[in-house]
Amino acid sequence: MLEESREELMRFMLLFSRQGKLRLQKWYLATSDKERKKMVRELMQVVLARKPKMCSFLEWRDLKVVYKRYASLYFCCAIEGQDNELITLELIHRYVELLDKYFGSVCELDIIFNFEKAYFILDEFLMGGDVQDTSKKSVLKAIEQADLLQEEDESPRSVLEEMGLA
Amino acid sequence: MALKMVKGSIDRMFDKNLQDLVRGIRNHKEDEAKYISQCIDEIKQELKQDNIAVKANAVCKLTYVSVSRWPAPSTRIGYLAASQSFHEGTDVIMLTTNQIRKDLSSPSQYDTGVALTGLSCFVTPDLARDLANDIMTLMSHTKPYIRKKAVLIMYKVFLKYPESLRPAFPRLKEKLEDPDPGVQSAAVNVICELARRNPKNYLSLAPLFFKLMTSSTNNWVLIKIIKLFGALTPLEPRLGKKLIEPLTNLIHSGISVLAPIPAPGTLLAPCGPQGMSALSVAVLISLSSGMPNHSASIQLCVQKLRILIEDSDQNLKYLGLLAMSKILKTHPKSVQSHKDLILQCLDDKDESIRLRALDLLYGMVSKKNLMEIVKKLMTHVDKAEGTTYRDELLTKIIDICSQSNYQYITNFEWYISILVELTRLEGTRHGHLIAAQMLDVAIRVKAIRKFAVSQMSALLDSAHLLASSTQRNGICEVLYAAAWICGEFSEHLQEPHHTLEAMLRPKVATLPGHIQAVYVQNVVKLYANILQQKEQAGEAEGAQAATQLMVDRLPQFVQSADLEVQERASCILQLVKHIQKLQAKDVPVAEEVSALFAGELNPVAPKAQKKVPVPEGLDLDAWINEPLSDSESEDERPRAVFHEEEQRRPKHRPSEADEEELARRREARKQEQANNPFYIKSSPSPQKRYQDTPGVEHIPVVQIDLSVPLKVPGLPMSDQYVKLEEERRHRQKLEKDKRRKKRKEKEKKGKRRHSSLPTESDEDIAPAQQVDIVTEEMPENALPSDEDDKDPNDPYRALDIDLDKPLADSEKLPVQKHRNAETSKSPEKDVPVVEKKSKKPKKKEKKHKEKERDKEKREKEKKKSPKHKKKKHKKEKEERTKGKKKSKKQPLGGEAAAGPVQNGAPEEEPLPVRGTSAPPPRTCDIRGSLQEDSQVTVAIVLENRSNSILKGMELSVLDSLNARMARPQGSSVHDGVPVPFQLPPGVSNEAQYVFTIQSIVMAQKLKGTLSFIAKNDQGATHEKLDFRLHFSCSSYLTTTPCYSDAFAKLLESGDLSMSSVKVDGIRMSFQNLLAKICFHHHFSVVERVDSCASMYSRSIQGHHICLLVKKGENSVSVDGKCSDSTLLSNLLEEMKATLAKC
Repeated sequence: MLEESREELMRFMLLFSRQGKLRLQKWYLATSDKERKKMVRELMQVVLARKPKMCSFLEWRDLKVVYKRYASLYFCCAIEGQDNELITLELIHRYVELLDKYFGSVCELDIIFNFEKAYFILDEFLMGGDVQDTSKKSVLKAIEQADLLQEEDESPRSVLEEMGLA
Repeated sequence: MALKMVKGSIDRMFDKNLQDLVRGIRNHKEDEAKYISQCIDEIKQELKQDNIAVKANAVCKLTYVSVSRWPAPSTRIGYLAASQSFHEGTDVIMLTTNQIRKDLSSPSQYDTGVALTGLSCFVTPDLARDLANDIMTLMSHTKPYIRKKAVLIMYKVFLKYPESLRPAFPRLKEKLEDPDPGVQSAAVNVICELARRNPKNYLSLAPLFFKLMTSSTNNWVLIKIIKLFGALTPLEPRLGKKLIEPLTNLIHSGISVLAPIPAPGTLLAPCGPQGMSALSVAVLISLSSGMPNHSASIQLCVQKLRILIEDSDQNLKYLGLLAMSKILKTHPKSVQSHKDLILQCLDDKDESIRLRALDLLYGMVSKKNLMEIVKKLMTHVDKAEGTTYRDELLTKIIDICSQSNYQYITNFEWYISILVELTRLEGTRHGHLIAAQMLDVAIRVKAIRKFAVSQMSALLDSAHLLASSTQRNGICEVLYAAAWICGEFSEHLQEPHHTLEAMLRPKVATLPGHIQAVYVQNVVKLYANILQQKEQAGEAEGAQAATQLMVDRLPQFVQSADLEVQERASCILQLVKHIQKLQAKDVPVAEEVSALFAGELNPVAPKAQKKVPVPEGLDLDAWINEPLSDSESEDERPRAVFHEEEQRRPKHRPSEADEEELARRREARKQEQANNPFYIKSSPSPQKRYQDTPGVEHIPVVQIDLSVPLKVPGLPMSDQYVKLEEERRHRQKLEKDKRRKKRKEKEKKGKRRHSSLPTESDEDIAPAQQVDIVTEEMPENALPSDEDDKDPNDPYRALDIDLDKPLADSEKLPVQKHRNAETSKSPEKDVPVVEKKSKKPKKKEKKHKEKERDKEKREKEKKKSPKHKKKKHKKEKEERTKGKKKSKKQPLGGEAAAGPVQNGAPEEEPLPVRGTSAPPPRTCDIRGSLQEDSQVTVAIVLENRSNSILKGMELSVLDSLNARMARPQGSSVHDGVPVPFQLPPGVSNEAQYVFTIQSIVMAQKLKGTLSFIAKNDQGATHEKLDFRLHFSCSSYLTTTPCYSDAFAKLLESGDLSMSSVKVDGIRMSFQNLLAKICFHHHFSVVERVDSCASMYSRSIQGHHICLLVKKGENSVSVDGKCSDSTLLSNLLEEMKATLAKC
C-alpha cells in the first residue's frame, strides 16, 4: 500500500449527497474494503464541513482532494501531489456535463436509479484514473452504441437478468 | 428469530464458496453447462437470503461466472462488477485470464473496450505478463476507440510488469503521431507519466514533443507536455533555452488567444481575471513547475500568478499560491518579493488557502525575516480556531525554524523562548515535536545550554503542564525534554535544589509512564550534582537534606504501575538509602555518585549504524545456528512457554522473507529514536530543503555574544528578542557602515560589493550566538550516502529502463506457445460458441415475434374496448354504469382495515347507458380488497336510479384461466351468483365477491352479466346488463411508503429489470402529475428533487416497483425497475395511458 501510494493519476472518485450518502465510488488503486469505508467516511466529513464559498481543494492525508458541489451532490476526486488540481476540477465538470447530456438535466436521483450507467459513462471517460477522451461527443457516442449493443443482447434474457427475475 | 439466524449460518457452512465453484466447474468438464445452471440456481437462492455474507458470496460467484463463462450479454455488467469488487488479492483473477483474452479479441469493439476498462481496474502482475502481448497488438487496432484504451492501459501494464516496457515502447512512440487525436493524447499521457519518473530515458523524444507542443490545439495535451518538459529541462539545459520562447508566448496568450471561454451556462465558470479560461490557468500553473531557467519569463509568470492570488475566486487564489510554491523551489528570490501578499493569505477564512500560504512561507524565510514571520505566525496561533489548523501552524513554525539544520536561526535563545511559548498551547497533539526540538537544540547548541536549562527548570516548576497529562502526545510531553535537559546539564542550574523539589512533587505521578521514568532517572543526576556542590562547599547538612528529600519522595515512584518507573525508582531508592548510611558516617560520596553519570553523550546520526562497513570475512547472511529440520512445522510446535523462545530463533531467516517485518521494525526503531534524546534526528523534511545543508566546518565557533541577557526572569517573551535583535543588527550595521566607509575611502568605487546594496543580505547578519552544532557521529570509513535516498520499494524504479538499447530476443513479450496452439485448435472448440451465436438470432426473432404478437394483442384490445363501449351505446340503456374499482389491503392477520383505502383507478369513463323499457340507472362501484396473496375481494355497489324495484338480481361472471370467481359450494361455473338484496328506487347497496387471481403481472378483464327483474306499476320485466371487470395491474399495487435508504438499497441489489416510457405533450404541473400517479397507480413519492422524483410501490404479491419520473419541458419520462419485467411493462403502459390524458 505504502509503496503504491506514490502512484500518479487519480486515486478515486466519489459521489455523495449533502446528507452524506455515498452514491458512486470508483477506485483506481486497489484498496481493501475496510480501508475504503474508513476513507470515505473521513473524507465525507471533511468535505461536508466546508462552507460554500471556500475553494475546491484541500489536502487530506497524503492526497489532494478536489471536490465540487452540483446541486445536492458532491463530486470528489483524490489525486496525488504532482497532479494538476485545475485539470481535475475540469474533469469533474466534464463528467457532470456528460451525465447531464446523457440523462437530460441530470439529478441525484438519476444516479441512484441508473447507477450502472453512471459507472459506464465514467469508465468511458476515465480509464485507470486518466482521461481517455476529452471530446464529450465521442464519449457519448461510445456509450450510446454500447447501450444499444447491450439492449440487443439482453432481449433474450441474460443469466444476470434471470437472476433478477427469480 | 435467533433460531433462524443460527440455521442461516449453519446452512452457510454448506454453501459453495468461489473456490468450490471453480473446482466444481473443472470437475464437470462434460456437463459444464448443466453444472453452471445448477450453480446459478443456488446463487439465486443465496441472493434472496437476508444474510449479507451469503449475498456477498453469491455476488462474487456470479461475477466470476458472468465474466469468465458466459458470452456477450452480461459482459458489460460483469466487468463492472469485477472492476468494482476485484483487486489484486482476489485469487480468481488468474483464472479469468483466458476469458479476458477472448474478450480482448472479440469482434465487437465495445466488448473489447469493456474488457480493457475492467482490466485497468484489476490488472495484476500475472495478468499483465500474460496479456501484455495481446494489449500491445490492440494498440494497432483499426478502431481508434480500442487503440486509445489499449494505449492507456499499457501504463498500468508497465507498472505491473516492467519488462514489457522496452518491447512495447516503439509502438507507443508511434502512437504519438496517431491520426486520431484521442489516441495521440492517450499516448502523450502515458509517456508523460513514464517520463516524469525517469526523465533521462525519454530525452530523445524531446524534439517530437516540441513539435507536438507547438502544433497541438488541445489544451489537455498541452498541459501534459509542459509537465513533461518540466522534468526534462533540468537534464538538458539547451532544451530550456529552446523552450523559453514558446512558453513565454503561451503565458501571454493564456490570457487572450488560448482562452476558449467556457460556454455560457456551464457550471464551471471559474473564468479567471481578464477572461482567462480555466484551462489557460491550468496551463499557467503547469508552466510554473516546468519553467526553464530564464528570469524574464519567471518574472512574467510570477506576475500573472499574483493576479490569480489577488483574485476573489478562492480556487484561483489557491492555485496561484500552489504555483508560486512550485516556482519558489527553483527561484526563491523572485517569489520572496511577494511576501506581503502571502502573509495576507494567512488571514483567509479558508483553511486550504492558509495552509498553502504556510507552505510558501516555509520557503521564503531568510535569516533576516525569520523572526518577523514567526512572530506573525505566533499571533495566528493565538487566534486560530480549531486544533487541526493550530497544530498545523505549530508544526510549520517548527519546520520553518529547524529547516536546513537551523540555518536561518541567528538567535537560539529566541528559538527556545518560542518553543516555551508554544507549550502554552493546550490540546495540541504535537507535544512530542516541541520536546524533540528542545532536546535537539539543547544537545547540539552547546552555547545555549545554560539558557535552556533555566527555561526548562521554569517549565518543570509551572503547574499547567502537569494538568494536561491525560492527553496522549499532549503538551505534557514537553516535560520529558525539560526533565532530561535539567538532569543532564544540571551544572548550569541556578537553584538545583528547587528544581529537585519540583521534580519530586507528588503530582508528577499523574504523568505518563515514560515521562515519569525520565524524571526518576534525571532526579538522580540532579541529586548527584547537588551532592557535589554541597560537599565542595562543606555543607554536609545540605547534602543530607537532599538525600532525605529523595528518600521521602521516591517511594511514590516505586509504587508506580509502570514497570520502567518502578524498576528505576526501586534501584535508585536503594542506592540513595545506601548513600544515606554513608553520609551518616561522614563518608564523602559525591565523587562516586557523580561518576555514575560521567562523560558526555554524543549524538549519533540515525544512519550511522547502517553505515558501518561490513568487516571482511563476515557473512551476515550465514546461519549462526543451523535451522531446525523442516519436518517440525509451526503447527506442531509445542505450546510450552519456555520452548518457544528457543524455537523462535531459527525463524530469523535472512531478509527476503521478512520485508514487512523489517519495515515494521524500522518504523519501531524510528519511533524509539524519536523518543531517544541520544539520537539526532535527521532534519524534519529533507526533501523540502532548498539549499544544501552547510557542513559543520562552515559554522565558525566563536564566543557567546554577551550583549544578550542570558537569563530572562520568568517565562521569556520572544518579542523581546525581536527588539533586541533589531538593536543588535542596527549596531552591527553601524559598525559595518563605519568599516565600509573606511574601506570605501580606500577602495575604488568600481568594485561594488554585494553588500553595498541598500537591503542587507543574509550573509551580513552574523548570528548572535555562535553555534557549535555538534555533528552527528558517523563510524569511521562510513560508506558514501548517495544510495540512501532511493527507496528500493519505489515502483517506478523498475521502470527506469534504457529505451534506446536494441531489443534482445530474450526481451520479447511472452507469447505463450501452448496457448497459441490452443487457439489454432480452437475452431473445433469454438463450434459450440458459434452455434450459440447462430441460435441467438433465432431466439431474438422469436422474442421479436412474440413482442409483435403482444403488440398486436394490445392493439386489438385497444380497439376492442372502444367497440365495447360503442356496443353499450347502441344498447341505449338509460343507465349509468360507473366502473370504479377500489381495492383495500388488509393486514395479513386478517383483521379488516379500519377504513377502505381508496386507491383504485377508474377503469372506464362513466358511460351514459339508456335502458330500453325500464330505465333503472345505477352505479357499479367495484372495490377489490386483498385477503390473501392471490385473492381479491371485489365490492360492487349497485344503485338503482330508475323508478322500478329491482329484485332477483344475479351476477354471472365468465372465469378466465387466471381469475376465477369464488362461488358457493356446489354451484357450477355457469350459474349466476345471487345478489343478496333487492333495490327499491333510489337506493344503493353493496355486494362483495371474492376472486382468485393466479398471476398479477398482467391486467385482467372479466366479462359478466347482471340479470334482474325490474318491477314497476306497469309490471315486471326481465332485464340484463353486461359489464366488464377490469383488474388493471395498478390495482394490484398497494401504496407502501419507502425511505430513500431502503430505496437506494433496493436498486443496488440489482435484481430488478428495467423499462421506460416517455409521454410527450404534457402541460400539467409536476406536482399534479405526481399526485395523479399516486392516486391512480398507488405509488408513493420517495424523494423529489426539482422536476424529478423517485416513487415506490409494492404489489400484493410482494413485487417491488421503483419509478424515476422526470419532467422535461413538454414531456414526462418514466423509468421503472421492478422484480418482474412483465408487470413493469404493463404498469408503464397503464401509466402512459393515464399520463396521455394529462
